[in-house]
Amino acid sequence: MTGYRLPERPGEVIDRGTALTFTWNGRPCTGLAGDTIVSALMAGGVRVFSRSFKYHRPRGVLTASFHDPNCTVQVDDEPNVRGAHRLLAGGMSVCSQNTWPSLRFDVKAANRFAGRFLTAGFYYKTFIHPQPLWPAYERVLSRFASGGVASPHAGHGYYDKRYAHVDVLVAGGGPAGMAAALAAAEAGADVLLVEEEQHLGGHLRWGGAADLAALADLRPRVLAHPRIEVLPDSVVAGRYDDNWIAVLQRRGLPAAGPVERLLKVRAAVLVVAAGLIERPLVFEGNDLPGVMLGTAARRLINLYAVRVGSRAVVVSANPEGDAAAADLRAAGIDVAAVVDARAGRTVRRAVGGRGPEGGVRAVELGDGTRIEADLLVVSTGWTAPTSLLSMAGERAVWDAAAARFAPGDGLPDGVLAAGGIVGDGSTAELIDHGHRVGAEAAARSAGAAPSPVEPLRRPPHPALFRTSHGIVDFCEDVSSKDIVAAVAEGYDGAELAKRFTTATMGPTQGKLELVNTIAVLAEAAGRDFAELGTTTWRPPYAPVSLGALGGRGFEPTRVSPMHGWHQAHGMVPLVAGQWIRPDHYGDPEQEARGVRERVGIIDVTPLGKLELRGPDVPKLLDTVYINSWGSLAVGSVRYGVMCAEDGVVFDDGVTGRLGEERYLMTTTSSGAAAVWEWLENWLQTVHPEWRVHVVPVTTGYASINVAGPASRRLLERLVEGVDLSNEAFGYMRVRTGRVAGVDDCLMWRIGFTGELSFELHVPASYGLHVWEALFEHGADLGVAPFGVEAQRILRLEKGHLIVGQDTDGLTRAVSAGLGGLVRLAKPDFAGRPELARSRADEAPHLVALQPIEQDVVPPEASQIVTGGRRIAGRVTSSRMSPTLGRAVCLAQVEPGLSAPGTVVTIVLPDGGTAEATVMPQLAHVDPEGARLRV
Amino acid sequence: MILIPCPHCGPRNSSEFRHAGEVKPRPDVGTVTPQEWRDYLYTRRNPAGWTTETWYHASGCRRFFTLTRHTVTNAIRSGEAGR
Repeated sequence: MTGYRLPERPGEVIDRGTALTFTWNGRPCTGLAGDTIVSALMAGGVRVFSRSFKYHRPRGVLTASFHDPNCTVQVDDEPNVRGAHRLLAGGMSVCSQNTWPSLRFDVKAANRFAGRFLTAGFYYKTFIHPQPLWPAYERVLSRFASGGVASPHAGHGYYDKRYAHVDVLVAGGGPAGMAAALAAAEAGADVLLVEEEQHLGGHLRWGGAADLAALADLRPRVLAHPRIEVLPDSVVAGRYDDNWIAVLQRRGLPAAGPVERLLKVRAAVLVVAAGLIERPLVFEGNDLPGVMLGTAARRLINLYAVRVGSRAVVVSANPEGDAAAADLRAAGIDVAAVVDARAGRTVRRAVGGRGPEGGVRAVELGDGTRIEADLLVVSTGWTAPTSLLSMAGERAVWDAAAARFAPGDGLPDGVLAAGGIVGDGSTAELIDHGHRVGAEAAARSAGAAPSPVEPLRRPPHPALFRTSHGIVDFCEDVSSKDIVAAVAEGYDGAELAKRFTTATMGPTQGKLELVNTIAVLAEAAGRDFAELGTTTWRPPYAPVSLGALGGRGFEPTRVSPMHGWHQAHGMVPLVAGQWIRPDHYGDPEQEARGVRERVGIIDVTPLGKLELRGPDVPKLLDTVYINSWGSLAVGSVRYGVMCAEDGVVFDDGVTGRLGEERYLMTTTSSGAAAVWEWLENWLQTVHPEWRVHVVPVTTGYASINVAGPASRRLLERLVEGVDLSNEAFGYMRVRTGRVAGVDDCLMWRIGFTGELSFELHVPASYGLHVWEALFEHGADLGVAPFGVEAQRILRLEKGHLIVGQDTDGLTRAVSAGLGGLVRLAKPDFAGRPELARSRADEAPHLVALQPIEQDVVPPEASQIVTGGRRIAGRVTSSRMSPTLGRAVCLAQVEPGLSAPGTVVTIVLPDGGTAEATVMPQLAHVDPEGARLRV
Repeated sequence: MILIPCPHCGPRNSSEFRHAGEVKPRPDVGTVTPQEWRDYLYTRRNPAGWTTETWYHASGCRRFFTLTRHTVTNAIRSGEAGR
């Protein structure tokens, strides 16, 4: 298994003393620490790693980097792992993807021979007609979809988030990026340096002696600098407004900690030092195993000491190709020919061998010469990955002489480009450019006016894109013929041809194939390269796992001081917004009966509570409530309804006057935040002259409702200094006093349940004490806890609406049966112009319904219909009433159905119907309110 | 995510704020016509350019303030307290 490992290379990153065992498609294999999955497999003689997307052609290494389109593998439960990037770990089970039944004998390779039916846009045409067959087509097509297998049993994993605020973020840790980070840090800036590969260094790592010397100088200084944080194996995924930058960190995380971490970075200046990506050449057979880029060969030889072939042909248009040829020779590989593209020589065809894994067997040059070889190394051009610059609003420009895109001049002040992405140069020139850009970035982050940095020159480069027809997009299996066909069909623009052929839409997102796509398009359409421009680069720059985007939740939950008691007493929880509260303790109907017959207590802490202080509180109340508030006396409470400016009911509650200039407003549990903002809106933007101070005290008090005929007897045992008799403390009154030894408790006599009841607001830290005291002193009275469900039953029996359940986003006060509360005599209040004009006969009405069949409970949201089909309303609340022993409902109905005694038809879920009678009033139980006022 | 210059807290992520829409003075309720009121409720200029709008620093100082923002570039001119 080590037959393809070379003797020691000066820049190698493998640890020859540490062997790791793993499996490849079930077969035991060995690699070395420091290997990537692919380098270990190649050192073991494996040459084919995947089958192509459409035609299922065998594929080997192309770029030997993260973005290698042919080296995506499954590792254990994890699909779509970048095999040429991921470090090997002992015990890995690695499998090929997109192959069936196996990599060697792939049934779908028959697609190769059906290729003429799989041309550009074939799925737009072939599978459209007849339309009813689409589900059948879809089942077949889904078996051909590429990608790995996501195990339904795999755990979610621990994904983390982090925020960072830095002066300078450098994307790319090659020579220019490292130099920029050092220069910025030396100027006093805090720097985050993000490198996509496993190690800093960029192309210096697989370079010659001079490059390794430069790396040995720069890298330790970067790593040691206290102002530079380095994130290797991480990627800048996107740049958004005001340099809000998403970084995916895949390594350097605490052991047993998160799998990946998403950084949300706000950087004063972003330096893009992404370098250059080597561009494939389009020719027949350019995707055969054994055809690879110069950088791929150099990485495999110099970093991992892999013998990539035995007899090579090198096509070179630049120094990278020349260096690759030199590296091959140094590795003892027979270089049969170096084809110098600068002299006009080129390659026309790679000839594949027979057999399921047939790689390169021979190379046919432009002049017809045929050379036997098992390796074809191609270095014919570069692509500047300008994605991050484009996300900053910049449009790359085509430099025809240099045959590459380069940054334009549309960058915002907070974004700079450094190094190879800008231009070419020696290592020293790249480092110098990075240094100048880094210094400028530090200056800008400190507030200095922008000063342009002299760009690097771009020497001429042969414009080589295509010599015959071959693969353009390796991810999507799009050939140059497909693009020519797209142009023939009229899709002759970059964006149109992209969508029709899917070229540039695969995982590499144009990094390898964009320029060739445009070149073939320009050639076929007879249009100018520069005029065609590029397709749009969008985030993310590189694929980001869904787990990292999902991250971990930071949604807070809130519980009352009595939460532990509820848990110890069989609470069935209800999640209500942020709150977790008891829905019931086992039998909500029994809880409701207990309230009607004896006494129950409920934890209503989530009730929104706002303390209002100041001389102008009455003005505020008159403005936000539709009813009248001017005359509220100290010691009294009043029910109020709030409408928005469009007259729609948005909250209700009671507000009490505790003192001359002190009030407590309660809101619905879910509306507390919105009401607070609404009050602040009026006070800050419409009436800043009013003297009112609003303090939210929702969690400052624990709130307990004591309800039932025995509630007064129970409280009399605990309350000191307040006369609880009906004469002294009547309905809709508020008192302050001592409860169970706790001072400053508020007591309101109100009754959402329809029973005699007292609502206690106790300083929160004493909430559990008072709650337990009520049980201690009320055992003989039959006191029992009740939850939200019992409260809903009780309030429905009483006909009290819930805003948002019995009303909706169109319900104005008159529709909710609240028209009588509207006080138009007030000159101004929220929603007044709408309410002044709304008429009772133009909107649905809230009514009480009783199904004629007493035990039929139509589910909430059941439709009410007339004439068999037409929807004329809906049931908004429904329950079986334990008090009446029959079903009771609230419903919104058309005005014509709202008269008492009208029989309406409700559609049930099983398709049947139920008849129900409209009641004379909303309350089903005790419409006179006698039980409240005892 | 754009930065909003809160006049009380300084620049903060826009996720801390609620965008309360274009500044639109509330008509005099005593004299407003139905058309003017509907206009106030529902009609917005929505320009592709400079607009003056109200923001509420919900996860910060809880103050309302106005600023002038270019809806195409997200450039922001100023922040001032109160409407």
